Parts: sequence; C-alpha cells; structure tokens
Amino acid sequence: MNTRQKPIQTWDIHGGIHPPENKTQSLGNPIQTAPIPAQLILPLSQSIGAPAEPCVALGDQVFKGQKIADATGFVSVPLHASSSGRVAAIEDRPIAHSSGMSAPCIVIDTDGEDRWGARNPLTEYTAVDRSALVSHIRNAGIAGMGGAGFPTAVKLSPPADKPIATLIINATECEPYITADHALILERAEEILQGIDVLTHLLQPARILIGLEDNKPDAATALNEALSGRPYQVIEFPTKYPSGGEKQLIEILTGKQVPSGGLPADLGIVCQNIGTCYAIKRAVFDGEPLISRITTLTGNALNTLGNVEVLLGTTMQAVLEQHGWQATAKSRLIMGGPMMGFTVLSANVPIVKTTNCLLAPTPSELPSPDMAQACIRCGMCAEACPVSLLPQQMYWYSRAREYEQLEAHNIADCIECGACSYVCPSNIPLVQYYRASKAELRERAEEHVKAEHSRQRFEFRQERLDAAEREKEAKKAARKAAAAKRAAEKDAAATAGGEDNAATAKQVEVEAAVARAKAKKDALSEPASPSSNNEAND
Amino acid sequence: MIEFATAYPFWAAVIALLVMCGLFGGLLGFASVKFKVEGNPIVDQINDILPQTQCGQCSYPGCKPYAEAIADGEAINKCPPGGEAGIQALADLLDMEPIPLDAEHGTEEIRTVAYIREDECIGCTKCIQACPVDAILGAAKLMHTVIADECTGCDLCVEPCPVDCIDMLPIEIDLKHWAWDLPATAEANLIATDRNPRVNGEAA
Repeated sequence: MNTRQKPIQTWDIHGGIHPPENKTQSLGNPIQTAPIPAQLILPLSQSIGAPAEPCVALGDQVFKGQKIADATGFVSVPLHASSSGRVAAIEDRPIAHSSGMSAPCIVIDTDGEDRWGARNPLTEYTAVDRSALVSHIRNAGIAGMGGAGFPTAVKLSPPADKPIATLIINATECEPYITADHALILERAEEILQGIDVLTHLLQPARILIGLEDNKPDAATALNEALSGRPYQVIEFPTKYPSGGEKQLIEILTGKQVPSGGLPADLGIVCQNIGTCYAIKRAVFDGEPLISRITTLTGNALNTLGNVEVLLGTTMQAVLEQHGWQATAKSRLIMGGPMMGFTVLSANVPIVKTTNCLLAPTPSELPSPDMAQACIRCGMCAEACPVSLLPQQMYWYSRAREYEQLEAHNIADCIECGACSYVCPSNIPLVQYYRASKAELRERAEEHVKAEHSRQRFEFRQERLDAAEREKEAKKAARKAAAAKRAAEKDAAATAGGEDNAATAKQVEVEAAVARAKAKKDALSEPASPSSNNEAND
Repeated sequence: MIEFATAYPFWAAVIALLVMCGLFGGLLGFASVKFKVEGNPIVDQINDILPQTQCGQCSYPGCKPYAEAIADGEAINKCPPGGEAGIQALADLLDMEPIPLDAEHGTEEIRTVAYIREDECIGCTKCIQACPVDAILGAAKLMHTVIADECTGCDLCVEPCPVDCIDMLPIEIDLKHWAWDLPATAEANLIATDRNPRVNGEAA
C-alpha cells in the first residue's frame, strides 16, 4: 500500500479514446475451469513465426503436456497436447481467422483421464545456465499471451550489445470487455510474481515496472500485497485506450518513445504480458507447458459471463454453450475485444494461445457499423491517433492507392488500434483501409524480392547460354582454321611438286583413309581386344 | 595587370573569358572521365520496376531488353504482368502520363504457376529449354517438374510441350497471403436513408 501512496511519475501518450469499459460484467465470478472437451483441435501455428512441425503420428497415444509438434526455427514455438488422448487426425481445420480459412491442425480425441506425461520443472532455475533457462521457456511453447503471440523466448534473448535496463510487465488490459489479466492478478498474484522473478533473473534489469490502468485498483492492491519485499514497482496510470500497446506502455512508464521501425530492446527495455509471466511460472516451477489459458467470456448473448481457464484446442462453440450462448442468425462472435478483435465466421474453431476474450454481443449491444459517409475532414482521427500519425491523409492515399505516399506517412507504424475509426463521425472503416494498404505494401515488397530473384536467374541463364554459344563458335572457328591450314598445306605441296605430285598426294591420302577404315573394322570385329590394341592397329 | 585591364578593357575581358573557358573545360573533361557512369542507369531503374517474368509478352526477349527499349522511347504500356501498378510506377519514374495497358500484348491476369501433369510427361526437355528462369527440372526421357517457387508464370513452357501436359494454375491465396480488401467506397451510398434500418429499429 505504501508504494501507491507516493505517486510515481508517468507520462501521457498522444491521442487515445475512452470507450465504455464494460468490464464489470465478467468480473463477478472467480475463474472457472472449463471441462475437457471430447476433441481438441490444436493449430500448428498459434503465434507469430514459423508453424510447428508435428512429431506424433496418427493414432499415437499422447499424454497431457506431451510435445506434439516441434518448433521449426528461432521465431517459432513448439506445441503440446492439452489433455491425454489419441491423435485422431493431422489435417487442415478451420481456425480463428478473419478469413475463415483452414490451417494444419493436430486433432486429439481425449480419453477424459487427463493423464499427465513427464513434467520437468526447473525449480532451481538460478543454478542453471541462462541459455538453458531460455530454452526451457521455449520448449514450454510460451508465446505472448496479450494477443500478438510473439514467441517469448525470442524477447528473452536480446543481443549482447543491448543490455536490458528496464523490464516492463504489461497488466494494462486497456481494451473494453476483457478482464482475463485482471482476474488472473486477483486470484494468482503470487504465481505471477514468481514468473517475474524468473524474468528478472534472466534479464538482470535495473528496474522492474508493472504497469496497469487505474480502473483496477483491486488488482494493484493484490500485486502490492503479494510483493513482500520484492523491488518491483506497481505503477497505476490514468485509464485510456490504447495504453496497453507495447510502445504506448513504454512511453507512459518511461517517457521514451520506441523509434519508428525499432524494437523496445533498442531502448534497453523488454515488455512482457502478465499472462505470459504466469505461463513462465507454470513452466519453470511446475514443469507444465502452455496448454491452457484464461479467456474472458462476455457479451449479452451469454447467460453466465466470466473468466474461464480453458484448455487450448477447445472449440469456442463448446465453451460458449456451457455459458448459455444464444446464437442467432444475426449474432456475431468476436475473438479479442471490440476494438482490435475480429469476427470469427464459425464458432467451431479452436481457442488458441492468443485468445484472450470471446465476445458474444447481442445485435443491439454491438451493432454492425452504420454506412460510411464521406470524410468531412474534421481531423478528429489525428487527435485520437496514439502514434501521432495522420489517419486522414493515410485514408486518402489508401483510397487512391498511392503506396509511396503511405510509406512516407509511416503507415507501417499504425498499430491498428481502431481509435481513429471509433471517433470518426462519418463511420469510415479507417483501419480496414490501413490493413488493406499494409497488406498491399507487404505483397509488393515480396513481389519485388521475387522479381529480383527471377532477374538473377534469368541473367545467369542468359550468361550460361551465351557461354555455350561462344564455346560452340570457338570450336567451329578452330575447325575452320584447321581445315584452312590443311588446305593451305595441300596447296603448298601441290605447288611444290606440280600436278603429278598433287595426284600422288591425293592417292596417298586415300590409301591412308582406307587403311584407317580397315583398322577400325578390325577393331570392331574384335570387341574383346583391349583399346590399347586398337590404337596399336591404327 | 590592372594597368593593362584599364588600358585595354576589351582584350582584358576576352583574355579573362578565355582563361575561364580553359579552366572549366578542363574541369568538365576531368569529371567526365573520373565520374563516368557505366551503362545506362535509367535502364536499371526501369528494369527494377518490371516484374521480371521474362514472358516476352511485350514482344521483347525478356524484361531487360524491354527496359532498354523504354529508355529509347518505347511505350510503357506493353507489360501485362506488371499491370496498371507497373505502368503507374514507370510513369512516375519517367515523369510521363500513365496510359492504359495495350490490349494487343495481353491483359492483366491473376498470377499463375506452371504445373506439369507428370504421368503424361514424355521427357522431351522442350519446356526446360523454353523456361527463362531455369525453373523446370528434368532430363531427356525422364519426367520433368516445375520448381513452383522459382516459376514466374510466364507460360512460355506451355506452347512447346508436344503432349500438352503443362497447366497454368492460379496461385491460391493461403493464410499468410490473405488480406483485407479495401472497403467499398462510401460515395456509392451517399443517401442518408441508405443507413442500416435494422440498427435504428432495434435502438429505438
């Protein structure tokens, strides 16, 4: 409590909005545990980076926590079975994505026994090598739980020339409706702090800041009470969306801005989500890989709202039905919050590592947006932008497909928070414009790389063909020269010995040719004779 | 010297100009040797914009020759794979007005990749010889196959195939390449009564 009484300086970010929070609905009940579903669908790609590679076969018996797919690169995480059972399929299944497309998944028919495989805790983490601890975290399949899903181990291996001075724990949870982190702090503050202990040991930062908005004083109290002498600072700051963005939180807590295109590590800062800290605790102290997460179930289309600890791979349908989801033809289901989440086209998709919220609103609660009107150039979007971009300019350039101008206006720095669309009086779906333009820019960059590659291959081929042609020409020229030389010699002989001599020369030549032909014939008729004999015959 | 200049101002001016001519001429001559640019840089810049499919639809044998032709004044609208975006980029580079794609050379189509129906392939190597980027693997009397990642979709291999076993398949959009479309523009629905009636009804 003492730390809260003496205020710690925080900074303000540009822009931001104050949408209705709608957080109390889902905070009434303690965290529940969702039952084990009959079938688990585990997408091989649940985080940013390369998808995992299956290491089990069809029909294999798997245990809870057993690794079923290996990481395939530095920016990649392995995948574990969320419960025991049998591998029923390794195939494409629809996943939670705006496109409604399918992706490779491992499907497990659970046996209901929930038998754990081998658990390898690393309780004495201070005794082992730092890289061993990082690889332990990597092997536990941990990726950022805040929503982006960046492999945690990558963030924990900063380059040697960039020492980490500040560790920031993100407990902001600024998006409306979502309370998964809030509920986690209220119930499991001690475990979270144990996870932060591990991070502190790994990174050896000078300062450890836990940032959260002042709309959850009970969470701040819970953390402060659990601190028990740890030198971590719990910092509350005014509630504003989107304070929870990584770069925004860094500015609020330290006053420093992450440079455009740069990483927090450039400033000596690492930022981790509070749910990730909890997952690290489970991995290090209990030897449990990331196989479940806390997900907020909220929205008026549900009977019981709250936070549930759900096994990864459980379908949204299964979880929502237990909470009395009244699905109608009109109803939407949103993964994530109302600002940055996306509508999933079917509820029959699995919950993954980044599913922090399932929002099932009634049509009146979250109506589909009104028809977009013309831009009236009011400039409210520029005032709301937390990254100090010029949303209106980017809107015009997106419409005109002026991609060079968009790059010049730093569209790549847009965090797609939706603040501009939220304040737009004309209901222009600005973020959709930026997403489409960003994708187009990405595609163009990719195509340019491919074109460059094709050009090199084409030029190499051209060179090879030219070289072959030159060689052919050279041979031809050499033959021609040899023929000319022979002819010249013949001429010389002819002029030297007169006509008779020329005739005899010709005769000699013919005789020689006949002898050669005969020798060749002999050689052919005696296939057993070694080649040296043939040469001798010649 | 000042006396000379005041006495013969005309000749002083002429001499001064001649000296300056010699000086700057020498400087320019030196610069032209020292900073000589190999090749034509504009050709490389144009070539950088062209899609490098090497398809020859522009009637030039490859992208580089077409880039050279553009630098010599050829029209910029003869590259169907580059499409309108390519023409726009060329127009920006060359400070010209963008012109629509010349339909005579083909239309802008979705990107494709060649696929050999392998059990029908007789191993004639004709497609291998036609491929401008060495994207087809195989040998005489042995089955050929396309390295899909290297294929530019130029379809130059289709015509030489004597058994017609090469298909040009459109590249399917996967999760990695899926993207939001630009929203339908607002101007199409300018009338206020076009507003979503369902929402208004329920809100009331």
